[in-house]
Amino acid sequence: MQLTILAFGITRDILGDSELKLELPDGANVEDLKAELVRRFPEFSKLKALALAVNSEYAEKGQALYERDEVALIPPVRGRRGVLAPLTGA
Amino acid sequence: MIDIALKQTPLDLQTCIDYVSSPEIGGINIFVGTVRNHTRGKRVLHLDFEAYEPMALSELRKIAETARFRFQIDRICIHHRTGRLEIGEVPVVIAVGAAHRQAAFEACQYAIDALKETVPIWKKEYFEDGEVWVAAHP
Repeated sequence: MQLTILAFGITRDILGDSELKLELPDGANVEDLKAELVRRFPEFSKLKALALAVNSEYAEKGQALYERDEVALIPPVRGRRGVLAPLTGA
Repeated sequence: MIDIALKQTPLDLQTCIDYVSSPEIGGINIFVGTVRNHTRGKRVLHLDFEAYEPMALSELRKIAETARFRFQIDRICIHHRTGRLEIGEVPVVIAVGAAHRQAAFEACQYAIDALKETVPIWKKEYFEDGEVWVAAHP
């Protein structure tokens, strides 16, 4: 499936664009997407955290992705405590 | 009642106060964020706020709904700026109207803390020698 991924803040700087088209195998989930992003753009592994949003909601760990989903990269926001999941497996 | 907005133009404090005013309430608590001229000992020239707008609006609404439910307040208004802001400008206004002051204080504190945790709005600081996305790196 082909996903269109929206990027904001530091992730937009890393991609050099506010949108990325990415081909992933059918049945891929959010962890697969993160792994592919880190493989293609090693700068992602330097971030404090990276969350994903699917259709404007924070994605659950292991959440499945579908071609029509609007997927967005959510780098850390400003809070001190950091509720965002660390970028594991990077 | 809940009023949520993202704006590219200066926020109007009075609009927020008017929204949360009603004969049923006994007090209004307001948080006004302002752009500071320094961070970690460095002089800040200006800031840029970028939002993932549909998600930012829905996360702000969740915060407002949680605040209303948890603190039993009547009205809450959260307005946030995007784009370039100069020193002293106002990126965020939160106004809470409640029957009793304790609930108004607590709801306002909750809302600004939660906003900074979960709402996808990112802040870039511009210095004399460069720029940095806040909180991006460890």
